[in-house]
Amino acid sequence: MESGPVLLVLLQMLELESVRRGRAKPMSGVMKRMGMIFRAKANKALDRAEDPRETLDYSYQKQLELLQKVRRGVADVATSRKRLELQLAQLNKQSSTLEDQGRKALALGREDLAREALSRRAALQQQVTDLETQHQTLQGEEEKLTLASQRLQAKVDAFRTKKETIKATYTAAQAQTRIGEAFTGISEEMGDVGLAIQRAEDKTAQLQARAGAIDELLASGALNDPTGMAKDDLQAELDRLSGGTDVELELQRMKAELAGGSSSGQQAIEGGAGQQQSQQQPKDTPRFDKQ
Amino acid sequence: MIVRIMGEGQVRLADSHLTELNKLDDVLLAEMEIGDGPGFRRTLHLLLDKVRDLGEPLPDDALDPSDLILPSPDATLEEVRELLGDDGLIPG
Repeated sequence: MESGPVLLVLLQMLELESVRRGRAKPMSGVMKRMGMIFRAKANKALDRAEDPRETLDYSYQKQLELLQKVRRGVADVATSRKRLELQLAQLNKQSSTLEDQGRKALALGREDLAREALSRRAALQQQVTDLETQHQTLQGEEEKLTLASQRLQAKVDAFRTKKETIKATYTAAQAQTRIGEAFTGISEEMGDVGLAIQRAEDKTAQLQARAGAIDELLASGALNDPTGMAKDDLQAELDRLSGGTDVELELQRMKAELAGGSSSGQQAIEGGAGQQQSQQQPKDTPRFDKQ
Repeated sequence: MIVRIMGEGQVRLADSHLTELNKLDDVLLAEMEIGDGPGFRRTLHLLLDKVRDLGEPLPDDALDPSDLILPSPDATLEEVRELLGDDGLIPG
């Protein structure tokens, strides 16, 4: 391994520390190794530089770049989240349309159509549940990245101050010893944030592929047209059955009400008009039945 | 000592807690090595809870390096294995 000697030195340092503390076996766990790997990375960067003060400037540039990257990451995740929200709204709208269709079909005595509508709705609900989970994931990523960007910003500011002090106060040789901790600390943060961005990017990319697939489904009409411009087969059949209007359904509802007895509540609400309507209904019904 | 939870930030803990953290950390490593995913997840979360519970968060502008680093809560065994196997994976 390229970083062999550095790792070895770190290993020895760790061992000494552990022995001093008189407790731990060196290299015994995951979190120790992780700590070591991050430190080795920072040390490698420091070792490469001729003048450690240049390392500070170079690192600061890198930090600013990373800050930009995190902020872009936050924006990207937010965009994906909004796209998901739009799709969810479309799917939910479609779902309630199917529910209405199912109810209508049942009212018209077409259980087969109602069954079809409800089974389409069930498939849709599956997608909705799926998207909601993804939405939660994205929200979580967005929150984490936002916090990460705040932390990084605070550390970058602190680093800049420290860097200027070190550059103004110490010679190259003296700076070496002064830089260590701050540099290692910020390198660690950068490594962590860098990984967080990668993870967020991976997740967003996966979700975007799926979002694209759902957009295609929505566009192709396979999930029915959410705009309502083109009528799907279910709706066409329902329209045909009810003569293109809701009159038939309305009549059925009224018949049911009349058959149900006094239906006093309904009459009380409609007041005086109730009397008039109930007189007209029997005349109207046969006329529309012929259609 | 200072412990970093990846993706969450750093906390400061009394050195006296090292022994109990070490025990869990040993278990975690063993689980990773034998590829016990569910065990790894369980131990990782025990460890994370303990660190969060015992530790005081470091201020955002702190520049201290960590003594120990814990994977993020949603890290899988495979991801941690990769992190440990190749330091080139850590960007920056």
